[in-house]
Amino acid sequence: MAEQDWKTNKGVFAAVSLPTLVWIFLFFLVPMAIVWLYSFGQNKGLTDIEISGTLENYKRATEWLYLTIFGKSFAVAALVTLICLIIGFPVAMAITFASEKWRPWLLLGIMLPFWTNLLIRTYALMMLLGTQGFANKGLGALWEGTSWLKTLVGLQPLPTWEPVQLLFNNFAVVFGLVYVHLPFMVLPLYAALDRLDRSLIEASLDLGAGHFRTIMRIVVPLAAPGIVAGVMITLIPALGAYLTPDLMGGTDSQMIANVIERQFKKANDWPFGAALSFLLIYAMFALIAIQSMRKKVAEAS
Amino acid sequence: MTEPTRPIIQIQNVSKRFGKVTAVDNVSLDINAGEFFVLLGPSGCGKTTLLRMIAGFELPTEGRILIDGQDMAGIPPNKRPVNMVFQSYAVFPHMSVADNVAYGLKIAGVKGGEVKDRVAEALDLVKLGGFESRMPDQMSGGQRQRVALARSLVMRPKVLLLDEPLSALDAKLRAQMQFELSELQEKVGITFVTVTHDQDEALSMACRIAVINKGDVAQLAAPSDLYEYPANRFVADFVGSVNIFEGKLTLDEPDKAAVDCPGLGKVYLNHGVTGPHGADVWVALRPEKIYLHVPGAGKAVTAAAQDAPDGHNFARGRIKGMSYLGDITLFEIELETGARIRVSRPNLSRHDQEDFTWDDKVSMHWRADSPVVLLG
Repeated sequence: MAEQDWKTNKGVFAAVSLPTLVWIFLFFLVPMAIVWLYSFGQNKGLTDIEISGTLENYKRATEWLYLTIFGKSFAVAALVTLICLIIGFPVAMAITFASEKWRPWLLLGIMLPFWTNLLIRTYALMMLLGTQGFANKGLGALWEGTSWLKTLVGLQPLPTWEPVQLLFNNFAVVFGLVYVHLPFMVLPLYAALDRLDRSLIEASLDLGAGHFRTIMRIVVPLAAPGIVAGVMITLIPALGAYLTPDLMGGTDSQMIANVIERQFKKANDWPFGAALSFLLIYAMFALIAIQSMRKKVAEAS
Repeated sequence: MTEPTRPIIQIQNVSKRFGKVTAVDNVSLDINAGEFFVLLGPSGCGKTTLLRMIAGFELPTEGRILIDGQDMAGIPPNKRPVNMVFQSYAVFPHMSVADNVAYGLKIAGVKGGEVKDRVAEALDLVKLGGFESRMPDQMSGGQRQRVALARSLVMRPKVLLLDEPLSALDAKLRAQMQFELSELQEKVGITFVTVTHDQDEALSMACRIAVINKGDVAQLAAPSDLYEYPANRFVADFVGSVNIFEGKLTLDEPDKAAVDCPGLGKVYLNHGVTGPHGADVWVALRPEKIYLHVPGAGKAVTAAAQDAPDGHNFARGRIKGMSYLGDITLFEIELETGARIRVSRPNLSRHDQEDFTWDDKVSMHWRADSPVVLLG
């Protein structure tokens, strides 16, 4: 009864939820509203912004140049999400089916990166991928070794090792974003797979299905809610990624968040930055709306 | 079973260890083609592990399992000629009833038209005709179990394995399903191997029962033999209700035997027990095989004397507990020796339950063929 009292007693409910609501209102909704208003304004002098109700900023934001950056950001985020899903699904399955003894450690391994600041992780990754990084050094050593072996058997040595450009390009951005977002994909997948009744898998095997067919026909469909959750939770932050493309990308790898950042800082054009921001937010809303509509349709049928 | 018995499953010296825990300990038994075989035992006795080894979900640590003469070592579950009905039924929740039942057939490469016919046939068999397009979450537990049964039977396996098939059903439905499963088994002629901890279920359905205790077969027998001729105290106690008294064997001849039980008195049997003279033995006496009398009438003494020497198969006591169960009344009686004994008495007429009440002095007798002498 205590639980019911708590739910029906409006006073208690208000007392418990009020601090949260106030917090969200003051520090989330109010700033968002201010930025939203800015997007309908124009610069007056260096610091003043006049909210004139103009749609000029949105008009500029939907120019071809910015649309291509939006498009590219979507493409990169989608690719990152897909790679995360392809890598994350087997990882989540491995954790689910690992022995009781190992599972907590494997989960800890997935969550360990969260203990380190994103900036530090990104720099660490840059050390790995740089021309003087471990990846290149390792490849170089392999190259030299092969070359030396060839001379040993009297063949022409390989040409001198030229480090591969692994950093400051689109590859680096995708690589970095996958690295950062993989845990976001693995955790919801693991949660979904862990809930899966093992006897369903055994039943499929029992009825003659092999492992691959069992995964495709039983595990994947039943883990669909987890897959959708994982995709959303990966896609949305990847879409707004700022740090990774900024540090690891080249001149042509900027994503929409980098453009927005530039409006607020270097360009000092807050109204335009606000408009770009809200276009991005609308796009994310659209994604979530499509997802919840799909869910409703699925439930109705 | 008209054809001569032929083992369809041969379990040979099979052991299964999980780390230091021995779940199945050197079990050997044959299951005959076409029989309804039940593995009965308390939870954790290894019966499910045994079933899962037949299905291929667990591999024996030692020993081998043959199905229809073929060694199953190295053969994965999806290649074995057996199918399983899981305790949770494991009906695929994202597929319709028809898709569930058709799942195995499609994998086996059966053609579309035949799939439809066989699915319909299997659903009719489990009385689910017309439910093809239902989704599992629109069905009751009993119906989902029928889907699981149809899904396995449609594969026409050599052996159908059932893991605690009735444990999740309510009492009425369980009783009905017991009959239906037996009927179904006779109809399709497939060997059924069922795991259960419920002795009623086992007794009512099985051709033969293997009672499993601590990973070992305690006794393998037909239901009535198991009940009337338990081989040891575990079986006597686990299958049905029983009074067990420790005693010493004082007489053991081919046609008679006697045991002196400090708790119960002198027990006489009209058959031999082939135990060493003076050995410690146990006498098992079922509650329904004890006759209750009002004392003083001398009826109990006379009745006992009819097939036993004077002073045997007779006891006196006082009623300490009673539970009226409708069809029978169960009495807990404190004997003059201080030991307690349970006696059940059928309520043959409407007023039988009024014959005895708490603290009544009573006398008892039992026939010379009723007690079972157990050596272990």
